[in-house]
Amino acid sequence: MTVQTIFSRPDSLRECSTHYCPGCTHGISHRLVAETLDELNLRERAIGVAPVGCSVLAYKYFNCDFAEAAHGRAPAMATGMKRCKPDNIVFTYQGDGDLASIGMAEIIHSANRGEKITVIFINNAIYGMTGGQMAPTTLPGQVTSTCPFGRDVNQAGYPIRVAELLSTLATPSFIARGRLDNPMGVASAKKLIRQAFQYQVEGRCFSLIELVSTCPTNWGISPQKALDWSRTDMLPFFKTGVFKSPDDDLPAFKSPEFAGVK
Amino acid sequence: MARVLMKGNEAIAEASIRAGCRHFFGYPITPQSEIPEYLAKRYVECGGTYVQAESEVAASNMIYGAASTGTRVFTSSSSPGISLMSEAISYIAASELPVVLVNIVRAGPGLGGILPSQGDYWQATRGMGHGDFRILALAPSSVQEAADLVVEAFDLADKYTNPVMVIGDGIIGQMMEPVEFKAERDPSTLPKHEWALTGARNREPNIVTSLYLDPHELEAMNQRLYVKYQQMEREEKRWEDYKIKDGMQLCVFAWGTVARICKTAIDELNNEGYTIGLVRPISLYPFPMEAVKAAADKAEKLMSVELSTGQMIDDVKLATGRDCAFYGRQGGIVPGPDEVKKEMVKVIEGERS
Repeated sequence: MTVQTIFSRPDSLRECSTHYCPGCTHGISHRLVAETLDELNLRERAIGVAPVGCSVLAYKYFNCDFAEAAHGRAPAMATGMKRCKPDNIVFTYQGDGDLASIGMAEIIHSANRGEKITVIFINNAIYGMTGGQMAPTTLPGQVTSTCPFGRDVNQAGYPIRVAELLSTLATPSFIARGRLDNPMGVASAKKLIRQAFQYQVEGRCFSLIELVSTCPTNWGISPQKALDWSRTDMLPFFKTGVFKSPDDDLPAFKSPEFAGVK
Repeated sequence: MARVLMKGNEAIAEASIRAGCRHFFGYPITPQSEIPEYLAKRYVECGGTYVQAESEVAASNMIYGAASTGTRVFTSSSSPGISLMSEAISYIAASELPVVLVNIVRAGPGLGGILPSQGDYWQATRGMGHGDFRILALAPSSVQEAADLVVEAFDLADKYTNPVMVIGDGIIGQMMEPVEFKAERDPSTLPKHEWALTGARNREPNIVTSLYLDPHELEAMNQRLYVKYQQMEREEKRWEDYKIKDGMQLCVFAWGTVARICKTAIDELNNEGYTIGLVRPISLYPFPMEAVKAAADKAEKLMSVELSTGQMIDDVKLATGRDCAFYGRQGGIVPGPDEVKKEMVKVIEGERS
């Protein structure tokens, strides 16, 4: 009987243990990105940009060139990298506080310029690293340490749906949301991530894959219940799917005839 | 190379091309907007990159990303914009990356005005952002010197893997003077950096980070930076002595264009029988402490003239350990030679301090 390896650590992940809490979906997301880099043979071309937040140490886990950005600025940093090194594959990995709060300007303008980068956006509806405060994606009524009576939409507004927001931009892009609460969801999310990197390889467009994720520690529930909650409470508001594709028709506009200097 | 008549901001922009830089990320702000305007055309003609960022915050993080790939990169702004960039400059200094930025200083604080000022001296020489770091700060007093210092700034940024600022007041940016450029540097001859993020092909991954959670590792990084700053202080002090001689009645200290106004005043007063000299610090950090002390030792009285309420005067006092008179204008008002002459005479005659 021969022994055959049918499952192993991707080359794009280092052989080390992570600091992530038990049951957190960061491990799945890391693995999906790493498998994609392996499959598309991109590890040696890749430059990752880590955020500030739980995945601040992502550069210790991925086995490729990496930078650690200032809070929210990963898409700006990635812009500088990609414009100088267009043959490299540049991706950011950001959480909801980093991307949808302090870094909202950077993500919108990177998307709108059509930077040929890939953004992996982890939405777990809470600030993880700082200990469970309200995020821009916290659900209405959801209790966190800074909305102890539940998110009050009259004061804090409704959660921001980043994928939908970015898909309103005219600039061609690939914008999608995936889920990680069951094996089928993980397999679908992997396809979205792979498509996003493939578009960058082809030099086609900006891409953002939002992943509905969990935070058992700061939600205060077990990993299994956290997966359930992401399904029952997050997914109705954060619907999965492809919101924008580079093959979509461009909105019609007429080129103005400039009277001034060309 | 023939001399050409150019506006300071345009000469600064052109100098970055001569230095072999092809990548600019910036945001428009008066009175430096001619720099991005010039480069929006020239960098693209040279096969480079011009990106108009959504803010100075984004622009400065774009140069952080660009520099992390080992690419020569440039940005420019003016005072309020430089404040917004100071966060990223702290990260860049901590990550030990070479970038060049220009600050064409305008009057503040706050939104202030758009006229010349030297009110950002402290910001440029005291680390400018959070944490314990320094940047090299070079201050030209003519369009020619601005062009020369921009080219030199790129090499110094590489030498120290540290941000370098060329700091000029609004006059430097806006006035026109003849300038002669150095031969253009071929970008392919620029140094290659082992630490650059270029893809981990046939090597271990490179990491660019400013995060050190272990206090001993962070202290080691602080100490490593400090060693660089000590080397800067040994090797990069630049200044100009003007009419310095033994037994002077007054030694004046001024930087940038204010030094030129002071020189005119000094020439006229020396013709009238006074003995006055001037030291013009060119490197604001590292401050030319020894040169300032040596000149001060030859003078009975000292005076600092600045477009602020007095910032460089702190360094003059540190260097000399002596009292120093001060004259300054603020708000964008630039004193003429006659006004400065009157104040110099008052100091010499003991009528003011």
